[in-house]
Amino acid sequence: MIRSILVIVASAAIVNNFVFKQVLGICPFLGISNKVETSLGMGAAVTFVMAMASAVTWALQRYLLIPLKLEYLQTIMFILVIATLVQLVEMFIKKSSPSLYRALGVFLPLITTNCAVLGVALLNIRSEYNLAESVFNGVGAAIGFTLALVLLAGIRERLDESEVSPVFQGLPLALIVAGILALAFSGFQGVI
Amino acid sequence: MRSFWQDIRNGIFTENPVFVMLLGMCPVLGVTTQAVNGIGMGLATTFVLLGSNLVVSLLRKVIPGEVRIPSFIVVIATFVTMVDLLMLSYLPDLHKVLGIFIPLIVVNCLILQRAEALASKNSLGRALGDALGMGIGFTLALTLLGSIREFLGFGTLFSITIIPNYIPFSIMRESTGGFITLGLLLAFFRWYSIRKQRGKQA
Repeated sequence: MIRSILVIVASAAIVNNFVFKQVLGICPFLGISNKVETSLGMGAAVTFVMAMASAVTWALQRYLLIPLKLEYLQTIMFILVIATLVQLVEMFIKKSSPSLYRALGVFLPLITTNCAVLGVALLNIRSEYNLAESVFNGVGAAIGFTLALVLLAGIRERLDESEVSPVFQGLPLALIVAGILALAFSGFQGVI
Repeated sequence: MRSFWQDIRNGIFTENPVFVMLLGMCPVLGVTTQAVNGIGMGLATTFVLLGSNLVVSLLRKVIPGEVRIPSFIVVIATFVTMVDLLMLSYLPDLHKVLGIFIPLIVVNCLILQRAEALASKNSLGRALGDALGMGIGFTLALTLLGSIREFLGFGTLFSITIIPNYIPFSIMRESTGGFITLGLLLAFFRWYSIRKQRGKQA
C-alpha cells in the first residue's frame, strides 16, 4: 500500500511531471515564474487545492455521477466543484490564518483556471484510482508543478540580470529554457 | 463601428491569441505533435468560442455582475461537453489522440477572456465576428506549430510523407519540441516587428 502510493507520488511529480511531460498548467507556469518566492507561494496554494479537489471530485464521481448515470456531466460538475472549492478555501484561510492569506491570497483565484487542477481530477478518474491514490496523485502532481515553477523561476531570475537580445527577452527565452528543462526531465523516462 | 472583416483580421494578426496574447497555452503545446491534431483542437476550440460568445452576448443583460464568471464557466462547459460527445461519436480517432485536452477546453483562458472582455459587453454580431476571428487565429497558430513539429519530428505533413527515409528529429515529438518551437516562433515574430518599426523610422 505505502509502496504503491510512493510510486504514484514519484511518478506524478518527476517521471510524468505535469508541466514538462503532460504539458498541463502552462499558463501559470509561464505567467508567474518570475520570482522564486512567488513560485513557492503559488505551489503551496496549488498543492492545497489539488489534494482537496482530487478527494472531492473522486467522491462526486463515485457516489453521485455513476449511480445516477450522469457521467457525461463530468466536465461541468468538476469545474463547478473546483471553482467552489477555491472560493471556500479562500474564505477559510482568510478567517483562520490572515498571515497565510497574505502569502497565498493573490494566487487562489487564479487556480480555478489552472488546467492542471481539472486535469488531475480527470486523470484520477481515467486511471481508476481509489480515494487514497487519487489524493496522493494530486499531491504528487502539485509537487511536480511546484518543482517546475521554482526551477524555471530560479533560472529566469538570473537571466533578468544578464544582457539578452531584445528579440529573445522575456517569454521566448523562458520557453526555450522550459524546453531544455523538459529535455532534462525526459531523462527520468522509464525509471518507474 | 468595426466591420466583420476587421474582427477576423484582428483575430488572425493584430491580436492573435497564441502569438500575441499568449492565451490557452496548454493545448498549444500539448496536442501539436502533428498538424491534423492542431486543426482538430483549433476547430473544437472555435466551436466552443462561437457557442459561448453567442450565449454570453445574448444573456449579457440577464446575468448579474456578481455571478458572471461562474455563469460563463457553466456556458463554456456545456459547449465543451457537446464537442466532447460529438467528437467521440463522429471522430473517435481524433478524440483518442486529443484525450484529456478536450475536457480541458473548459479552462482554456482564451474562451473565458473573450466572454468576459468582449461578448458580455457587445452585440451579437460583434461577439460572433470576434469568436470567428479568434478561432481562426487560434486554429492557424496550432496548425502552424503542428506542421513544423510534424515535419521535423516525422518527416511528414498531414501524414503525407515529404522526405522518404527521414531520420526523425525525435525531440520534436516530445514536449521539449513544443516549448522550443513556440519560443523560436515568438522570437521570430518579435524580430519581424522590430525590423518593420525600424523601417518606418528610417
